[in-house]
Amino acid sequence: MPKEYRTIREVAGPLMMVSDVEDVKYDELAEIELPNGEKRRCKVLEIDKGNALVQLFESSAGINLSGSKVKFLGRSMELPVSSDMLSRVFDGLGNPIDGGPEIIPDARMDINGRPMNPAARNYPQEFIQTGISAIDGLNTLVRGQKLPIFSASGLPHAQLAAQIARQATVRGKDEQFAVVFAAMGITFEEADYFINSFTESGAIDRTVMFVNLAKDPAIERIATPRVALTCAEYLAFELGMHVLVIMTDITNYADALREVSAARKEVPGRRGYPGYMYTDLANIYERAGRIKGKDGSITLIPILSMPEDDKTHPIPDLTGYITEGQIILSRELYRKGVTPPVDVLPSLSRLKDKGIGAGRTREDHAASMNQLFAAYARGKDAKELMVILGEAALTDIDKLYAKFADRFESEYVSQGYLANRPIEETLDIGWELLRILPRSELKRIKDEMLDKYYEKD
Amino acid sequence: MNQGIITKVAGPLVIAEGMREANMYDVVRVSDKNLIGEIIEMHEDRASIQVYEETAGLGPGEKVVSTGKPLSVELGPGLIGSIYDGIQRPLEEIMKQTGSLLQRGIEVPALNRDKKWNFEPTVSVGDKVTGGDAVGIVKETAAVTHKILVPAGIEGTVKEIKAGEHTVEDAVAVIETEGGEKEVKLFQSWPVRISRPYKKKLSPDVLLTTGQRVIDTLFPIAKGGVAAVPGPFGSGKTVVQHQLAKWAAADIIVYIGCGERGNEMTDVLNEFPELKDPRTGNSLMERTVLIANTSDMPVAAREASIYTGITIAEYFRDMGYTVALMADSTSRWAEALREMSGRLEEMPGEEGYPAYLGSRLAQFYERAGRVIVNGTEDTEGALSVIGAVSPPGGDISEPVSQATLRIVKVFWGLDAGLAYKRHFPAINWLTSYSLYSDQLELWFSKEVAEDWSSYRIKLMSLLQDEAELQEIVNLVGMDALSAPDRIKLEAARSVREDYLHQNAFDDTDTYTSLHKQYLMIKAILTYFDLATEALNEGAPINELLSLPVRERIGRFKYCAEDSADREYEAIVLQLKSEISAAQKGGED
Repeated sequence: MPKEYRTIREVAGPLMMVSDVEDVKYDELAEIELPNGEKRRCKVLEIDKGNALVQLFESSAGINLSGSKVKFLGRSMELPVSSDMLSRVFDGLGNPIDGGPEIIPDARMDINGRPMNPAARNYPQEFIQTGISAIDGLNTLVRGQKLPIFSASGLPHAQLAAQIARQATVRGKDEQFAVVFAAMGITFEEADYFINSFTESGAIDRTVMFVNLAKDPAIERIATPRVALTCAEYLAFELGMHVLVIMTDITNYADALREVSAARKEVPGRRGYPGYMYTDLANIYERAGRIKGKDGSITLIPILSMPEDDKTHPIPDLTGYITEGQIILSRELYRKGVTPPVDVLPSLSRLKDKGIGAGRTREDHAASMNQLFAAYARGKDAKELMVILGEAALTDIDKLYAKFADRFESEYVSQGYLANRPIEETLDIGWELLRILPRSELKRIKDEMLDKYYEKD
Repeated sequence: MNQGIITKVAGPLVIAEGMREANMYDVVRVSDKNLIGEIIEMHEDRASIQVYEETAGLGPGEKVVSTGKPLSVELGPGLIGSIYDGIQRPLEEIMKQTGSLLQRGIEVPALNRDKKWNFEPTVSVGDKVTGGDAVGIVKETAAVTHKILVPAGIEGTVKEIKAGEHTVEDAVAVIETEGGEKEVKLFQSWPVRISRPYKKKLSPDVLLTTGQRVIDTLFPIAKGGVAAVPGPFGSGKTVVQHQLAKWAAADIIVYIGCGERGNEMTDVLNEFPELKDPRTGNSLMERTVLIANTSDMPVAAREASIYTGITIAEYFRDMGYTVALMADSTSRWAEALREMSGRLEEMPGEEGYPAYLGSRLAQFYERAGRVIVNGTEDTEGALSVIGAVSPPGGDISEPVSQATLRIVKVFWGLDAGLAYKRHFPAINWLTSYSLYSDQLELWFSKEVAEDWSSYRIKLMSLLQDEAELQEIVNLVGMDALSAPDRIKLEAARSVREDYLHQNAFDDTDTYTSLHKQYLMIKAILTYFDLATEALNEGAPINELLSLPVRERIGRFKYCAEDSADREYEAIVLQLKSEISAAQKGGED
């Protein structure tokens, strides 16, 4: 029976100091019992002789210095996992909130996970068809990848994420898949949108939801992504499922992290976020992937909203340095009515090169993709010039590029949230657009490929 | 041996009492879990220890034992082809023992103790040897002959030498010195924070060929040189680093993945064994050592990974090899330094980085160089260091980039704008520089072509002029340009698209020999010269701009190395006939 301490000395924000403790370990889980019998959880952040600094996972409201008791549990925070979690809804700490029964666990897993041995990773290279041209054709997603969506307030990232969850498939394979959805500080409406979308597509039976809404305590969010990924790891690496994890919104998570750091009076890094935020985010994102000798996989799509649409803000910036690419939504395209408003030029999928080509998508994919990027970039430049100087100032070839850029946006990128395009269709639309340009301009494509695809009617 | 007691645990920092006898930078074992740590500060008998493994579950009252030795690496046969963590534990061996997730407190020797290597002596009994001399060789891989060196500080006569099959721990030679007999084993250890000694540094005036056109031609790096690749995310830092690791003309590559993605290391592990070294035909993995501290691995070991890597690199340099070290990314290393500094409650310098950031970076890069290595004979070895920098928001005014730029001689500035256009490598030709290009001029004129540097200067000024002309175009439109300027603009576009742009994922384009680079430049500049000349003689500009041969010049990069000469001749021939046709058209 662990000892109970009545020695809470300080409560400030999400932090609490307990003194005169014995045999307490770093990162240990503890339980606070309030005078009214309510129990809340916290973990040890620092232990200095007999003083333990603990971080609350729940609100500090109602904690009474003289009447509350703290009990250290001798283990770190664990999530009870089971295959019965599918189709259930949990709070941000993994307690059921859908009115259903408690989970009877098959196992208990440490929510912090353990780093994957880089030598044990299996390189992700299985093409996932999302049915969205801007992703499949140009920023291809592969199984085991971590590909965030960089959005901003007022942009339709939820629709895009729901579309991916609905349509994503590895072709020619009939495998067990599951969706793990983690909501961090989002509104009820947004969470509801996802639930409805999963219900409509029938995916809800294969979905586990962890929901921390805007009204819930911010510090609970620090555990939410870890809880969700622990569940995903169980499904993927113990039960062999292919798990798609969607997390929204990482910005709220990072703000909670900043809150704890500020309460600890740590030296702040950029914009007040702690210096270890890179490591912290990496510990979350790097849990995606594939492992040698295991069937399942974790594909991670975190969504974050860029404050002031600024890609260099620390949250998108550090995320971009860790993840394997990013899908960036653009307000300009959104205003033009392009759906989904994916800005393909700054978007990127780092793992696409090994996931496309003959045998995976089609032989012409890589070359035509590079050419589309280059042509769209030049088309956009031409259009900019046109705005300043008028159309007459453009050379004939630049006029073609400008036309290409317009049609690229309206036909290739803008497809609506319901269209599910097979990869062949995406590639064929690409060639149709490239035919706007004379063959001599297509220097990034080899002759044989042009003969085969450019010349056909 | 000194034993103390933990009093405080805060993340990777542990403070222990009763450590008066321990030395600064001693390696310690923490708690019964046997975690590895290093003493980084002493206050009376309290030692601050950075622990290289996850500290969850540690608490006050547990023991800390000093090993009395600084953090060291094992140097000997078995390094090549291995993947190590930040403190040189073999990750593949660990995977065999504990599965796919990392566990704490694992003790696996860096070099396999059971494997036998065939040792062939190169000295005989009675020979005089000194530190740095080879007593023999082990053929480690098809590509690497591992020389067994006499450890530094030993000097004397060979008393015994044993050819044949040995494990790394076997003594293969005994040397009679003034201080008694010393054994030479197949392996030796060396503390990572101390640079290995050499006789003399030389000036870097030999090119380290990389096969990357924008690098070799415009911003070359010398053997023994130091370069930095800063750039925002998505600008292709890692691809540049991988390309250099694949194609740089080095005997040994040490690749440090410092705080980066796990899948990138997997990529190297999968891809390198399949790739062939263009010079030797051997698999690239047979010359590569990997150090991986991925971003989810403990942060303190990230700080050590850089030193582990460069010590291994120095060891191969001491055998007289050309070694290239890639560190991706030094920013993560600096952040690890910052995190520990914050936990030690040191007064922060700029942006929270410790005040000693600049000097630590300088010490690291200064370990590079072309040197005369220790030993009786004057053998040359070189160690080049290429560090990626990941500035927040891509803004290089931040402390890590600035401290790096004060040291390095080559700056390959990656540009997000180029990356968005999928112009790779996205090295900005206007902001990048190489301080070696003058020193290397002689080398180029001897090894490649007499007139190399004149072409290089022409190429560079074409790009410079383009930037200026482009500004005019953006303001007043293409029509405002004179015809010669339009030709110039088109030639510069050709330089960018047909020459500087290089596709790392195309089998032919990924590597270009210097000779082919020379031909490619000549082809483009010949077009420029002939077209300008023809224009002056009245040829119509539109025809000159749309000569069919230009498409052929654009495809020259996909032409195989062995037919490059023929293709060049053909291009020049076609060019001349089309230009003269255009001239005739103009006269009619």
